[in-house]
Amino acid sequence: MTIAPITEPKVWQRRNRKLQLAIWAAWLVATALFVYCFQLISEKTIWAFVVDAPEQAADLGARMVPPDWKYIHMLWRPLWDTLNIATVGTLISIVLAVPVAYCAARNTTPSVTIVRPIALFIIVSTRSINSLIWALMLVTIVGPGVFAGIISIGIRSVGFCAKLLYEAIEEIDESQVEAVRATGASAAQTTLYGIVPQIMPAFAGISVFRWDINIRESTVLGLVGAGGIGLELNAAITQLYWTQVSLILLLIIGAVILGELVSAKIRHAII
Amino acid sequence: MSIAVQTPRHWKKPPLIKRAWLRWTLGLGVALYLALALGTTEINWHRVWEGLPRGAQFIKAFFPPDFTSRWDEIVEGINESLWMTVVSTVVGIALSIPVGIGAAKNIAPAPVYYFCRAILSISRSFQEVILAIFFVKLFGFGPFAGFVTLSFATIGFYGKLLAEDIEDMDAGQAEAVRATGASWLQWINFGVQPQVMPRMIGLGLYRLDINFRESAVVGIVGGGGIGATLNTAFDRYEFDSAAAIVLIIIAIVMLVEYSSSYIRRWVQ
Repeated sequence: MTIAPITEPKVWQRRNRKLQLAIWAAWLVATALFVYCFQLISEKTIWAFVVDAPEQAADLGARMVPPDWKYIHMLWRPLWDTLNIATVGTLISIVLAVPVAYCAARNTTPSVTIVRPIALFIIVSTRSINSLIWALMLVTIVGPGVFAGIISIGIRSVGFCAKLLYEAIEEIDESQVEAVRATGASAAQTTLYGIVPQIMPAFAGISVFRWDINIRESTVLGLVGAGGIGLELNAAITQLYWTQVSLILLLIIGAVILGELVSAKIRHAII
Repeated sequence: MSIAVQTPRHWKKPPLIKRAWLRWTLGLGVALYLALALGTTEINWHRVWEGLPRGAQFIKAFFPPDFTSRWDEIVEGINESLWMTVVSTVVGIALSIPVGIGAAKNIAPAPVYYFCRAILSISRSFQEVILAIFFVKLFGFGPFAGFVTLSFATIGFYGKLLAEDIEDMDAGQAEAVRATGASWLQWINFGVQPQVMPRMIGLGLYRLDINFRESAVVGIVGGGGIGATLNTAFDRYEFDSAAAIVLIIIAIVMLVEYSSSYIRRWVQ
């Protein structure tokens, strides 16, 4: 018996040929789609403005320094309003999210066929509309001001909080619930002593996390008239007071970073 | 012999925060803050009351929404939004890969690390809308400004998560590749990339979803897309057209979300 010796050493390949071809085809489609979309955008673009942009940016940058620190006494009140919009809005959303999450979780929902789809729809629809769009609607309905901001942050966050919360409820340890039920506890007692203690840390974490996001979001609600520091930003931009604009931006960065630090601290303490 | 009579013990639920003083201080602080916040918030209840019929009108506009009378504008806006979403996700992710690699503490030298971290935190501190205002000023109205905005926001999001993922990777595998004498690029490509890839594909799809949602907003300040159409509809008090746009946005977001979760399951 003769053995044909392999003369050429086999070259190592990362993937087999079929997978490699599939990946290559996916890249091709994605690239084509990208180029097509970019062309459509570029048709709608006035390229002279784009070419001009670095100069414009330099000009704008020069106008923005130094920040107008004298203006800061006008900003404490809007900043406080922004904080209130974020905090009160988050509180409202938590209060609304708990029953929605309870109805959406597969293991606690009163009815899988009717109540659960409704709860899931509430979660998806509130989540897919940005808080700025909610604010746009609410400003035309309840009038400009902090109230519209609070409500829009509240509605926007319901979906987010409820989604994370119902996932947490679905991941609980069922044996603990059963143990409580075995003692003869009523349905309400089972929920209170079997489920609530298990999701409490997740619940607190979610609330703080959303609060942190909401601080960021509430800084811009003023652009459509829903109160807070965005109102001042809008006013400063329309009046072309660029030194005030840069001060407001610094303040927003400060607020956002502070919020992030506080929320990270709290979440670290909880978990 | 007498048996010591035991008083019946009563079980009490342990509190969430164990230290009593902390519990009370937190409770008091929250109460005080709420009193202050609600006390200083100016709410014009009269105006709210006046607006309620308008709110009812708006809700009524959903049954049925008016898709037809502004259909051309809606289609154009949605198209622009979709283009912006695709292009900005691709460009944003492409740009965030070097930044994300630079921002991973375990593979980047200190100066690069701080530089990239600074880029990430600047991009993350500002809301898309604020960025959009400036980019509209620089690039003029239209989808190009929106595209730049979303790309920039994507860098902050994707770069940070990529950096964190690289920091959490298994150093042993990367070292094994390096021990074969691989160059730096080969090391990244074969030692680091396969470890982070599955999660990053999922996050890329998630960002696509976010970018579509945000593309509805940048239009409000002139960045093109469906937001501009929506803003116009509200300005004209055409609630039925606005309702149609809102429903379309919800439908597309749901579609993207479901298909991306499907793809994610397929990848992993």
